[in-house]
Amino acid sequence: MIEITDLTVRFGGVTPLDGMTVTFDSGTCGLIGPNGAGKTTFFNVLSGFVRPAHGSVYAFGDDLLAMPHYKRARWGLRRTFQTEQAIEELSVADNVALAHEHSRRGSRVSRRADVLGALELVGLGVAPDVKVEALGTRDRRLVEIARAVVGRPRVVLLDEPAAGLPDEETEHLGRVIRGIPEYTGALAVLVDHDMSLVSACCEKTVVLDFGKLIAAGPTATVLRDENVVRAYLGTEPVRVER
Amino acid sequence: MRRPTASQARAPATVLALLLIVVLVLPPLLSAYWIDVLTAVAIYSVVALGLNLLMGRVGLVSLGQIAVLALGGWVAAKLAFATSIPFPLVLLIAGLITLVLGTLVGLPALRLSGLYLALITLMLAGAITVVLSTTNFPNGGPGFLGHTESSFGNPSVRRPDIAGSDPGYFRFTVIVAAAMFALALWHVRSRPGRAWAAIRQSEPAALAAGVNITLYKLWAWALASFMTGVAGGLLAGSVGKLYTYQFPTRDSIILLAVVLMGGIYSLWGAVVAGGLMKLLPALLDDWGLPADLLTILFGVGVLQVLLTAPGGLAAQVPKDLARLGGALSAVVRREAARAERAPTGPAPREPAQ
Repeated sequence: MIEITDLTVRFGGVTPLDGMTVTFDSGTCGLIGPNGAGKTTFFNVLSGFVRPAHGSVYAFGDDLLAMPHYKRARWGLRRTFQTEQAIEELSVADNVALAHEHSRRGSRVSRRADVLGALELVGLGVAPDVKVEALGTRDRRLVEIARAVVGRPRVVLLDEPAAGLPDEETEHLGRVIRGIPEYTGALAVLVDHDMSLVSACCEKTVVLDFGKLIAAGPTATVLRDENVVRAYLGTEPVRVER
Repeated sequence: MRRPTASQARAPATVLALLLIVVLVLPPLLSAYWIDVLTAVAIYSVVALGLNLLMGRVGLVSLGQIAVLALGGWVAAKLAFATSIPFPLVLLIAGLITLVLGTLVGLPALRLSGLYLALITLMLAGAITVVLSTTNFPNGGPGFLGHTESSFGNPSVRRPDIAGSDPGYFRFTVIVAAAMFALALWHVRSRPGRAWAAIRQSEPAALAAGVNITLYKLWAWALASFMTGVAGGLLAGSVGKLYTYQFPTRDSIILLAVVLMGGIYSLWGAVVAGGLMKLLPALLDDWGLPADLLTILFGVGVLQVLLTAPGGLAAQVPKDLARLGGALSAVVRREAARAERAPTGPAPREPAQ
């Protein structure tokens, strides 16, 4: 469970996150909103790349903001990036092993099995010793997801994993994402613009607009919410209900 | 994590065979002059290896490596005159002390990168050179600095008992250098290598995977400094007497050029760099060509690397050889096919498609 209370981020005069208060319970949760809504900023706060002006983040009872960023990964926080960041110079297996060997929750003895297990989960159809520089975008995304799920993480953040992928590959991705909570026991948060992917993967969804939380609840309900529709279509300023 | 392929399994045997040839076959064939030159090549390969790791693996530029080498030489000379510990131990301690000093030089690397880091390391190298030009190198004199101005009858830095002669010391140097390369390979293939690869490509990705960037950058700097310090000790034993003029700051810039030309993404590149730095000038000298030619050669070489061959000679030569081999075998196959088609009489002018 992640409890976020009054989280605010300011960059000069811009406020990408404005008093966000929300709780993510378990399973896979969607996080949607128009461009510039603050979704990636929220992920960056959790990973430690952005320091919030105020607010608190407690994940499974631990104060996430008090940890240095690399320790958050060791604690069990993993993420993927909007532009994939698989390490080209390393093999597929080494990319995944990288996250495993720096996590406190994966033991050295089980490393090989864990790495192969994560690769099996994402359904990557290439040999583990192939270098990532030889792979295309889809496969690199899958390597990055394998890196995020190996070694029993507690929280997995997925930042637009389907961006730029054709529909049939997005379907495969959806199956992979649905498998994450069961495989890792982690809480996953999915950011994406593909509503069918979000509907397929997430029971609950949270909607941000201009840094403010405008809706939260079961995905189907949230997607029909008039504030959400208005935020996406942009007809008039959104009324915030708390 | 990697399943070794057939060529990877053969590689250690090739390296071992090469090492045996260099250590056993080469020395009796060469004159004292070339033994000296090759000893210098082995020593500077280790210096190049340090910069090769920093640049190629972690993406850190240092223009201060020759100053670090001088520090290693100073510490080793000091230890050799002030104590009676065995020479290999002198090398080890010189390496460890240089590790500490060199890591201090590398501290700015935690905040800076690229041009600014290069400039800072160059300035620090200049500062070290200035200090060394007043303190000079220990040469058996009294006091902490161990330097005496009298240039008559000063002892040389001792060599190991088993490697007192020049060929013997050459063998010793090659073996120590090989150990340094093995140390580097072990790092690159294991946990630090994976962390460095992540840092070099993307620091956010490294952090998100739990890599402690500060620790691994300092680790790289420490490893490079250790090797360079050991190389300094080897140099002290090789030449016997060290002088400040042997470590000009501009050599750090030349080192950067040859390391780039050798190739920063392969450890072989460091061997090539050592050759470019110390064997090439000796060859030019031997052929009666002016040494200034080197400046031009290195300039052209660096341009070539930056424009067309980022992997340097270590990557380009095998590629070109493979291409040449491919072209040759294609010619041979064509000729063979032609001969088969017309076993008697001359080959037809236009072979049927």
